[in-house]
Amino acid sequence: MGVASEMTGTMNTQVDKLDDYFHQGEENKRVHKMNDSLLNLLKINFSIPDSGQRVVLDSAMIDSVKQFRKYIWRDAKVVYNTINSEKNYLQLNRGAKYGISDNMAVLNSDGAVVGQVVNVSPNFSEVMSLLHVQSSVSAALKKTGDAGKLEWDGKDPRFVQLKGISKSVEVKVGDTVVTSRYSYNFPPDKFIGRIAGVSSDPATGFYLLKVKTAVNFGSIQQVFVVENLQREEQEQLEKDTEKKVEQQKKGK
Amino acid sequence: MNDLIKNIFRLFIFIVVQVYVLDKLPPLHRFVIPYIYFLFILWLPFSLSRFGLLLIAFVTGLILDYFKQTPGLHAAACVLIAYARPFIISVLTPKDSTEFNYREPSPRAMGWAPYSVYVLILTLLHHTYLTLLEWLQFGTFLDFIIKVLSTTAISLLLIFTVELLFPRKLKFRTNTA
Repeated sequence: MGVASEMTGTMNTQVDKLDDYFHQGEENKRVHKMNDSLLNLLKINFSIPDSGQRVVLDSAMIDSVKQFRKYIWRDAKVVYNTINSEKNYLQLNRGAKYGISDNMAVLNSDGAVVGQVVNVSPNFSEVMSLLHVQSSVSAALKKTGDAGKLEWDGKDPRFVQLKGISKSVEVKVGDTVVTSRYSYNFPPDKFIGRIAGVSSDPATGFYLLKVKTAVNFGSIQQVFVVENLQREEQEQLEKDTEKKVEQQKKGK
Repeated sequence: MNDLIKNIFRLFIFIVVQVYVLDKLPPLHRFVIPYIYFLFILWLPFSLSRFGLLLIAFVTGLILDYFKQTPGLHAAACVLIAYARPFIISVLTPKDSTEFNYREPSPRAMGWAPYSVYVLILTLLHHTYLTLLEWLQFGTFLDFIIKVLSTTAISLLLIFTVELLFPRKLKFRTNTA
């Protein structure tokens, strides 16, 4: 399908350019808001009381700031997107040439989860959105940190389902759901949505939570593609561990 | 206009409408997915050989598949209706060839009733097969039945709207063509 997305991609880009004119107002407001929140974080807005300054000898002999960059964010534009199928994909205008590869996380411009990259061509990439019946994302409740699996049942594009949260956890409507710390693809604590309905799954005895997504999938314009730089190492370690344990078993 | 150029133009229009209008509509309901692109196959000239029909249908389906990231799904359904088309046309059209000399299927060429039956059967076939292939991976049987029926209903609505809004000019089959 790589060649296919090259072909459809060029056409989708043209149509998307036209489509952009109809959203410029909204987009402008959103960017302005974002700018506002960032400007408020500037150092110049805060003054330090005199007693706050004192000389401290840094005991760390190595530069500990630059050491571990774990995630790289890259910008991209959505050129095609559907929400009325059971398997919804987004097409982005960045591909392998821009450093995008499979399994990278895709977040919208406010940092909420959109989906993950499943296929790339030189100039375009395909993203499996949360609204895909095969999509499965590791998610957690922000309040307690309990992790579960986020899936979609293919019915309503406004809601996804969170499964595998134990019934011992107290869950209320309105609780925040974020990405879990155990995901290889997604950076932790990224907003997914809020719980809109609590019911129990008769098959497993766990909760079946209905989550209202933070992203409005009908109107995604700009997104970030996030790469986990330690992903390979993490996966390799997992594989090696399995192998090691297997060998130990055989040795006994 | 030349048949070939006309049909290439038509294919382009149908694909663009399907991909950039119908697929981008806010979802009406999860069972109601509007489809119209296959009307292109229903409108192909009578004179095409079966092999030609199958080939054109395959390409049509594949183009849509490329846009929708569903390799082979629509191509399969299109080839199926292209294969069934000649049988249905031969059943529905008058045997006397002097009376029947239009170039392509249309309400005027076949009469409203036979044309409706022709459209109904092929639409139902297309959606049944398409939904079946999807349903094999996902969903319940009741979902499958309801989805086929509702999708067929909205497609028929669209097709008849198109027929009434854009009546095609009568094209006779002449000796020179």
